[in-house]
Amino acid sequence: MRVVLAEDLFLLRDGLVRLLEAHDFEIAAAVETGPELTRALAELKPDVAVVDVRLPPTLTDEGLQCALQARRDRPGLPVLVLSQHVEQLYARELLADGSGGVGYLLKDRVFDAEQFVDAVRRVAAGGTAMDPQVIQQLLSRRAAEDRPLERLTPRELEVLELMAQGRTNAAIAGRLVVTERAIAKHTANIFAKLSLEVSDDDNRRVLAVLAYLDRGR
Amino acid sequence: MSIETKSGTRRTRTPERVRTPARNLALSALRGLALAFVSLPGAVLCFCLTLVSVALVPIGVGIVTTPWVLTGVRMFADWRRLLAAEWGGVRIPRAYRPLPEDANPWARTFGMLRDPATWRDFRWLPVDMTAGFVTALLAFVLAVYPLEGFVIAAGLWRAWDDTYWYGFVPVSDQITGLYAAALGAVLLVAAFRLSPLLLKAHFRLTGAVLGSGQTELAERVRVLTETRRDAVDTSAAELRRIERDLHDGAQARLVAMGMDLGTIEALMEKDPAKARELLAQARRSSADALTELRELVRGIHPPVLAERGLGDAVRALALRLPVTVEVEVDLPGRAEAPVESAAYFAVSEVLTNAVKHSGADRIWVDVHHDAGLLRVSVTDNGKGGAVIGAGSGLAGVERRLGTFDGVLAVSSPAGGPTMVTMEIPCALS
Repeated sequence: MRVVLAEDLFLLRDGLVRLLEAHDFEIAAAVETGPELTRALAELKPDVAVVDVRLPPTLTDEGLQCALQARRDRPGLPVLVLSQHVEQLYARELLADGSGGVGYLLKDRVFDAEQFVDAVRRVAAGGTAMDPQVIQQLLSRRAAEDRPLERLTPRELEVLELMAQGRTNAAIAGRLVVTERAIAKHTANIFAKLSLEVSDDDNRRVLAVLAYLDRGR
Repeated sequence: MSIETKSGTRRTRTPERVRTPARNLALSALRGLALAFVSLPGAVLCFCLTLVSVALVPIGVGIVTTPWVLTGVRMFADWRRLLAAEWGGVRIPRAYRPLPEDANPWARTFGMLRDPATWRDFRWLPVDMTAGFVTALLAFVLAVYPLEGFVIAAGLWRAWDDTYWYGFVPVSDQITGLYAAALGAVLLVAAFRLSPLLLKAHFRLTGAVLGSGQTELAERVRVLTETRRDAVDTSAAELRRIERDLHDGAQARLVAMGMDLGTIEALMEKDPAKARELLAQARRSSADALTELRELVRGIHPPVLAERGLGDAVRALALRLPVTVEVEVDLPGRAEAPVESAAYFAVSEVLTNAVKHSGADRIWVDVHHDAGLLRVSVTDNGKGGAVIGAGSGLAGVERRLGTFDGVLAVSSPAGGPTMVTMEIPCALS
């Protein structure tokens, strides 16, 4: 699986290259700046891009803008955005086209190599990886004004949170140490209580949940 | 109701159109007379006394008399300032340097003599006794002289044996007396306009010589000194807070992490299970340290603000709040970083206040730039009653904005809604 990596801090870039290579990713390019990233994405056509939000030369949200532009040029291009801070505003912009294949994670998540690599793979496969912090913010806001959410059991809320992060039933089952069938039952209940359309497609399911949580904002 | 009022005013309009100018003319004439009466002797007296008193300083007597005389001059000038404001609507700022209460005559004399305002008063006196006197007197004469024309025509011409000159009209009989009345009528019409103008000119003249641009400057200096002190205080307090947060937070966690790593090194061979446990703990410490640093950074300068500017930073902030916040932004460019930061933290504080205290379930934020002013208004549908001060946090916002010559206005009647408006003069790039 070929990865284009954009990160301006040498230590982090180097660490990410080593981490990804150790998990059998092929680093097509590891770049430092926005323009380099745009060129690499256009020329190398990677399977997934791992991009830092803040890149030179402007040191604003150049990485995010490059990633969004690349996705407009090549819809569905899988992009995993990393940042020192997460903002719902950015998450919403990444999810706006509704086509999946996006990730948005705090840089801290790299600490847990397994989970991070899992997120990269999921995004590359067209799935979603949202940072738990984004989901928690969405949930706490939603909880303040949402009746249907109150009807969920604590366990169902837990499942909803993990589902919104983009995890599959199998992954959620593994995380909560229950069977996959139990999780399937929980998700069916959640969808019924929130009046969402049930879908077998994992990715569609995640997007539906995220859209629900972010509704009316 | 409103129609009635209208017809009412219309009915009284015609007599009033005559009455008001006539009243104005009479008022200008009387005021001109009073001013002329006072300004000439007053100014001459003040001028002479000042000259004499200052001349007597070398032999010592002047040191005692000068403060008294100059205080008198100031009272005279103050009285004229008052008249200028009340009669002419001309505001003449007063800018005497304050003197210490317990100053001895020596310090008092020289303190007053060193004050540029004293010399401005002194320059004004000759102007007042000449041009000031003439303008005031003319305002009176112009109103009264026409009346003489009418009196002459009415029969006063008989009182003189020779030809009497009324203006340029030689009066010797009834016919020429009527000419004089005609001239009087023309002059009277002119006086309606000119007399008040002359009086106004008198006050303008007083203002031009007596006033100075210094008061506004002095006020500006006072405001700047105050806001600078606030800014220094605020930034010092901020630095102390950051130091404390780093010291008790991230720094302490890194120390703990280092210790854990040292222990792990020692335990690796002896007790691998315990080492793994400590490793997990070290990783948690590093994650916590990062979280704390992130919060700290957000408090110093929010990353979204740096990356996207004020508009999106406020939008991102709104998304974090547990209340529905509608954000409207119209900014064609970005303000300077310090202004953006001040505006952001002001909005943040006001929003936090609204969420905490107002009980509102909806907040509207409007950010726009217009005529060199960055305007931000925050409106909520809560219970109102917010005030600046009383530890509301709004006083702090006001101080913060003050550094940038920004202002804060709060409208918050009991029962709501509350509207907080902030304005900061700035240019966008």
